[in-house]
Amino acid sequence: MKIAYYPGCTLKNRARDLDRYARETASALGCEFEEIPLWQCCGGAYTSAKDEIATKLAAVRALAAGRDMGGRVVTVCSACFNVLAQTNREFLVNPDFDFKVNNYLKGDPAYHGEASVVHYLTLLRDEIGFDAVKARVTNPLKGKKIAAYYGCLLLRPSEALAFDDPEDPSVMEDFIRALGAEPVNYSMRNECCGGYLTLEDREAAKKRSNAVVRSAAENGADFMITACPLCMYNLTKNADEKIPVRYFTDVLAEAFGLKEGAAE
Amino acid sequence: MNDLKDRVVRMSGSRVERCMRCGKCSATCPSYEDMEYHPHEFVYLVERGDVEKLLASESIYKCLTCFACVERCPRGVEPAKVVEAVRLIAVREQGKNRLKPDDLPALTDADLPGQALATALRKYAK
Repeated sequence: MKIAYYPGCTLKNRARDLDRYARETASALGCEFEEIPLWQCCGGAYTSAKDEIATKLAAVRALAAGRDMGGRVVTVCSACFNVLAQTNREFLVNPDFDFKVNNYLKGDPAYHGEASVVHYLTLLRDEIGFDAVKARVTNPLKGKKIAAYYGCLLLRPSEALAFDDPEDPSVMEDFIRALGAEPVNYSMRNECCGGYLTLEDREAAKKRSNAVVRSAAENGADFMITACPLCMYNLTKNADEKIPVRYFTDVLAEAFGLKEGAAE
Repeated sequence: MNDLKDRVVRMSGSRVERCMRCGKCSATCPSYEDMEYHPHEFVYLVERGDVEKLLASESIYKCLTCFACVERCPRGVEPAKVVEAVRLIAVREQGKNRLKPDDLPALTDADLPGQALATALRKYAK
């Protein structure tokens, strides 16, 4: 299986492992991530204002490329997933947006929301299957207690993202079980880490990260997993309590025995 | 309908008049304690056409766009979109960027992802 892949800006610098291990683990499961040529940064945040058109064009170009490369786009970063999926949704519910975007882009052919946006986690769940993931594991993470951190961007708004149950998601917990580890149940897994507020009001952002990490630690997590580089930053830099935070692709690569020096 | 209210309603697409004042948006807001005006007050003040005090408040910079209020509003009012519209009206004024590229070096460290800079500039500058 081949699928168009949108890595996003941060996976090319600060979060190289998120990118590298996504490609390598997908490849190990028989799925080739084919990088969209000349992709542009999604902007990091979807601007909900109806009169914002130019700020959404990079996402539209990626969606149009996905349409032309087999009909779908897979992303790994939570923010890219959120921006692409919300942008795509707007084509389906807002004809005025479709009209204005296509006036700008003059795409050939015009784009009307034909592509679908998938996150690597739901690709694992819905198409590759967690049974296939489990069968590929050579280095099960036995005895590890892992806290799945969803945050906001994977889940909300659920109408546009259709990722999982927005209040009681399970895809990351099922992922953790497939690797032979034990998911930790904790109350803050769907709550915001502080996001970009760290640049505007660091103290306010710290309160958010502290609440999340404390909740995971109190419930016995050995480490947390995330799909989002900004969550990674906030949970590791802004929280006073320190527990390791890892990208889900990094943990997957370890379970597959793909990491150098990984215990076999 | 006054001009500012009209702008916020059209930009956000929010049907503020549907609000039934249950307060669930503010109860679920992670930035609640850092805000002068809370999500339900944004909705209420916009409905009343009282947008100026929101434009002048620091509260417009505290919303995390986590969409908890949008997800949980039982009336589909989408308060975060109202906050976003008010903030955009504020930062679109010439010279009113909350965050300027020159501010970034002092706020950046070696671990900060590019995603944070892109997002913050989207939120706080035009």
